[in-house]
Amino acid sequence: MAQAELTLKQHGFGQTRRRDLWWLQPLAVFAGLSTFVIYTTWAAFQGEYYAFGPYLSPLYSPELFGESSHSWFGAKPSWWPAVLPWSPAFLILWAPGGFRLTCYYYRGAYYKAFWADPPSCAVAEPRHRYLGENSFPLILQNIHRYFLYLALLFVVVLAYDVWNALWFTDAATGATSFGIGIGTLVLAANVVFLGGYTLGCHSLRHLVGGIRDRLSASPARLKAYNCVGCLNRRHMLWAWMSLCWVGFSDVYVRLCAMGIWTDLRIL
Amino acid sequence: MVMATFKLWRGDRDAGRFEDYQTDITEGMVVLDAVHQIQAEQAQDLAVRWNCKAGKCGSCSAEVNGSPKLMCMTRCSDIPLDKPVSIEPMKAFPLIKDLVTDVSWNFQVKKRIKPFKPRQPDADDGTWRMAQADIDRVQEFRKCIECFLCQDVCHVLREHQMHDAFIGPRFFVYGASLEMHPLDIENRLGDLKDSDGIGYCNITKCCTKVCPEDITITDNAIIPLKERVVDEFYDPLQKLFRIFRPRG
Ligand code: SF4
Ligand code: SF4
Ligand code: FES
Repeated sequence: MAQAELTLKQHGFGQTRRRDLWWLQPLAVFAGLSTFVIYTTWAAFQGEYYAFGPYLSPLYSPELFGESSHSWFGAKPSWWPAVLPWSPAFLILWAPGGFRLTCYYYRGAYYKAFWADPPSCAVAEPRHRYLGENSFPLILQNIHRYFLYLALLFVVVLAYDVWNALWFTDAATGATSFGIGIGTLVLAANVVFLGGYTLGCHSLRHLVGGIRDRLSASPARLKAYNCVGCLNRRHMLWAWMSLCWVGFSDVYVRLCAMGIWTDLRIL
Repeated sequence: MVMATFKLWRGDRDAGRFEDYQTDITEGMVVLDAVHQIQAEQAQDLAVRWNCKAGKCGSCSAEVNGSPKLMCMTRCSDIPLDKPVSIEPMKAFPLIKDLVTDVSWNFQVKKRIKPFKPRQPDADDGTWRMAQADIDRVQEFRKCIECFLCQDVCHVLREHQMHDAFIGPRFFVYGASLEMHPLDIENRLGDLKDSDGIGYCNITKCCTKVCPEDITITDNAIIPLKERVVDEFYDPLQKLFRIFRPRG
């Protein structure tokens, strides 16, 4: 159909007859995501104070190459171009970053908060032209499932970090013993939140069951689909909890490593 | 009882304006009651569409204080009456008169969607067998009352007027109810990607927020369809898998 003209044409960015605080949510998203992006960029560039005793900051995990005892393959690789700044975080941070960037929840949220497309529901937009996710560049959001595969690996790696965070080395004797510190709990909570976020992903929900029309034929699939669906219903909440906690975990490890905070041992 | 002011949109396709009406609001009244009272007492020529007054026919859609709502399900006690309340027609469709819009574009879109095509009957008597677990998912979509509030709020239609290229959330719900149906064997994924424009949806969830039937439009209908479109057209690994194992 050609027409369907707007009955009451809206003009001008932000015009609406809504009376509620429609700008509050996009503003909060803008503030929250900006803070996180600025902090993680800063933290990634530091390249130090990311490990403390058995703890490794999740922004630096897995530490493929690096100077700390958590490094998998040794120190900074010789092939790293000398002109580029170096930090172990550069090698890995693109993967969880890409997962969040292409996440269905965040997409809807940042299109509103950062691009005003729309600024909020039933509020006029600044631009007339609209391409959506139908063509380049945003059609690339469809690679989300590939970032999911990587994000699932990261959850396993971070769980392994929690295991490592249970073994403390005595500086004097060099002996390793089991223990639990506040840092262990911080890193464990991080895995729980990240797990809740990653396992509630829309692409995972599709992969485990949404892809099929008849789920009853495979009870395991149906169960998995229902479990993912259960987490998916609160995907936004998990997204924010895990985002904040990843940031906090880095702050915790960093401040302990800098000697500003003292990590208390519970066990 | 309080006296409240309503700003009602009066006019047709060519010209229009808000006009103020004052009326008494008593306990239990909904916005549609107030509009009817104004129509009876002050504006007999006011055009307003309604039918069931029970939130089931989907006729009385309008924008109350700028938010798409069913007038019959919006309680006066839930909106601030100390300031004038604006009531205007939906913006995504052509106006006929006052609060009434022409929603027939929606019915034309619906005709374009490939109809239900069941597989061969399961039994000799021409009947089928389905498990409840398999239709749970599509039953949610059957609650739709075609109020078109989701179409109205969706910025792709409301703001960008892409009615030629985008069928809107209501018809993704409809498409999902067919596409995910355990008996249906039709393939609508090519249409969804091309003529239906599912890629234009940028998952802002405004449709979900306004749906009076609480259908989780974006999460349960649109995103699962987007994922199926990815399987079919954008994911090389899925294509590879499908060679060995067809969809079911
Ligand atoms: S989620 Fe998609 S269909 Fe729903 S209102 Fe937003 S853009 Fe429109
Ligand atoms: S999906 Fe909800 S909002 Fe959209 S037409 Fe149906 S009942 Fe109305
Ligand atoms: S009059 Fe039927 S839904 Fe409002």
